[in-house]
Amino acid sequence: MEEEIVIHAEELTKTFGTFTAVDHISFDVRRGEVFGFLGANGAGKTTAMRMLCGLSRPTSGIGTVAGYDIVRQAEKIKRNIGYMSQKFSLYEDLRVWENIRLYAGIYGMHDREIAEKTDALLERLHFTRERNTMVSQLPLGWKQKLAFSVSIFHDPAIVFLDEPTGGVDPYTRRQFWEMIYEAADRGITVFVTTHYMDEAEYCDRVSIMVDGRIEVLDTPGNLKERFGARSMDEVFHSLARKATRSE
Amino acid sequence: MKQFGAFIKKEFYHILRDRRTVLIVLVMPVVLIVLFGFALSTEVRNVDIAILTPEPDRTIEQIADRLDASEYFTVRQWLRTPDEIDRVMKSGEIQMVIAFGPHFSGNVLTPDGSQMQLVVDASDSNMAQSYVSYASGIIADFSRELAATGGGQGIETQVQFLYNPQMKSAYNFVPGIMGLIMMLICAMMTSISIVREKEMGTMEVLLVSPVRPVYIVVSKMVPYFVLSCINLLTILLLSVFVLKVPVAGSLAALGLVSLIYIITNLSLGLLISTMAQQQVIALMFSGLLLMVPAIVLSGMVFPVESMPPLLQAISCIVPPRWYISAVRKLMIQGLPLIYAWKETVILISMAVVLIAASLKLLNNRLE
Repeated sequence: MEEEIVIHAEELTKTFGTFTAVDHISFDVRRGEVFGFLGANGAGKTTAMRMLCGLSRPTSGIGTVAGYDIVRQAEKIKRNIGYMSQKFSLYEDLRVWENIRLYAGIYGMHDREIAEKTDALLERLHFTRERNTMVSQLPLGWKQKLAFSVSIFHDPAIVFLDEPTGGVDPYTRRQFWEMIYEAADRGITVFVTTHYMDEAEYCDRVSIMVDGRIEVLDTPGNLKERFGARSMDEVFHSLARKATRSE
Repeated sequence: MKQFGAFIKKEFYHILRDRRTVLIVLVMPVVLIVLFGFALSTEVRNVDIAILTPEPDRTIEQIADRLDASEYFTVRQWLRTPDEIDRVMKSGEIQMVIAFGPHFSGNVLTPDGSQMQLVVDASDSNMAQSYVSYASGIIADFSRELAATGGGQGIETQVQFLYNPQMKSAYNFVPGIMGLIMMLICAMMTSISIVREKEMGTMEVLLVSPVRPVYIVVSKMVPYFVLSCINLLTILLLSVFVLKVPVAGSLAALGLVSLIYIITNLSLGLLISTMAQQQVIALMFSGLLLMVPAIVLSGMVFPVESMPPLLQAISCIVPPRWYISAVRKLMIQGLPLIYAWKETVILISMAVVLIAASLKLLNNRLE
């Protein structure tokens, strides 16, 4: 079970006209792994992630997510993944429980199950009193935690997080990563992009994209050793210096 | 199907919790109707006129009395010389002067007849038109009676206003307002609400989810459809009971054409939303490309028939033009649906083309 591959990319490429956003990337992600997908702005992270989520059709190459082909079986993939974007993705004018019910309903969960899991979730987050609060009234950190909980509410095989901790204070970021580990312990594979290099240290393995290509892919420990760096921040800077394009 | 229900519920929450918007949407038709119906009325009422005659006599006095007795005119002054016309007009005391030729009474029943002239302040040409037609109507009535009692036979000019005998402006603007408001709500608000989700980032999450994009979009339309139906009802009730403009034709036919028009506009809103990425852009699109043509080219304010050929051609692709024309036929003239077949067919074809185009664009976006 340890070696089960849930995301497989082989020479995945996306071009827009003459511009190659993603240039023949290949990698595997194992079940239950926390996989950090790093890169400077414009390196191609978001495009690669959109292809894996079935939002964008690759120009060439093969990809499978949760065992389904990203071109032919995009609908099946959508049922088996969760997604949280850098933009806040809950509805501000809906109450906490209404947001949960809406998203759970989208993934076809039954009312009974939704009700039970909602109670359990709110208990765990200490949100029970905010059940009927409008989401717009919650502090940003709470919103992000709620958004993450909602994105894994239907127990997806994989959750894609696109810069989930942007603009959140360090204390809440810490709590957020504890939630990510909890999800990984439950067997949910976490595919996360981030700008914060201290967060890269928390990942099991990280890949760093430069100009559309995956430049390196290894555990944070091995990478630091290879580049003779003390932190992931230094590793990232020595790679990012090679970039020829920027946003 | 359960997903779809949940989505529609969500859309209703969005709208109902935005109290200000709901209020605007529900009150706007009432305000427009009241505004057009009373404040901006182009009806003629108590217009100040003067009589110009070198020698007042019985017939002239009778005509003056007749004009004064009507609710449209008030005789304010008697002038003796034509030089005075300019003075009273410029000072703004008088809007129209009725000038009688010499020996007016004596010549009335002769074969040559008598002469009179209507001099009107035409700086507001529309109003000037109405004054003249009202006054001519009254005078024509009078001369007919005179001819009958005097036993003579004169040539009479007869003006008859069909369908709207009192020339109520409400008959003209009620169909226009119906066309405008439904376009505003269906096309503009639907597109803005879809684009808002794109801007917020929730659309992305929905697209990654197993929900079919068509459901997302159609569920957006349902609440606006309901709102437009409420507005349609409000406008009809106000026009029948407050403005006294009856529905002369079949209510069912009017409802059917309105329904088709609503669907046409919803698909227009959908098309805009597939092209715009920001609310501001969606607003500009609908404001400039929909509202302005809807007011100027639809025949609501300016009659299509009197436009230059190029503008007439452009007006053909403006949906309210056809809707307003159909409502005039069905509601004001009381014709059966068959007389509005052309408008109905055009509106249906527009809806089909718009839906096909926007669904295609929507799918292309996802590639």
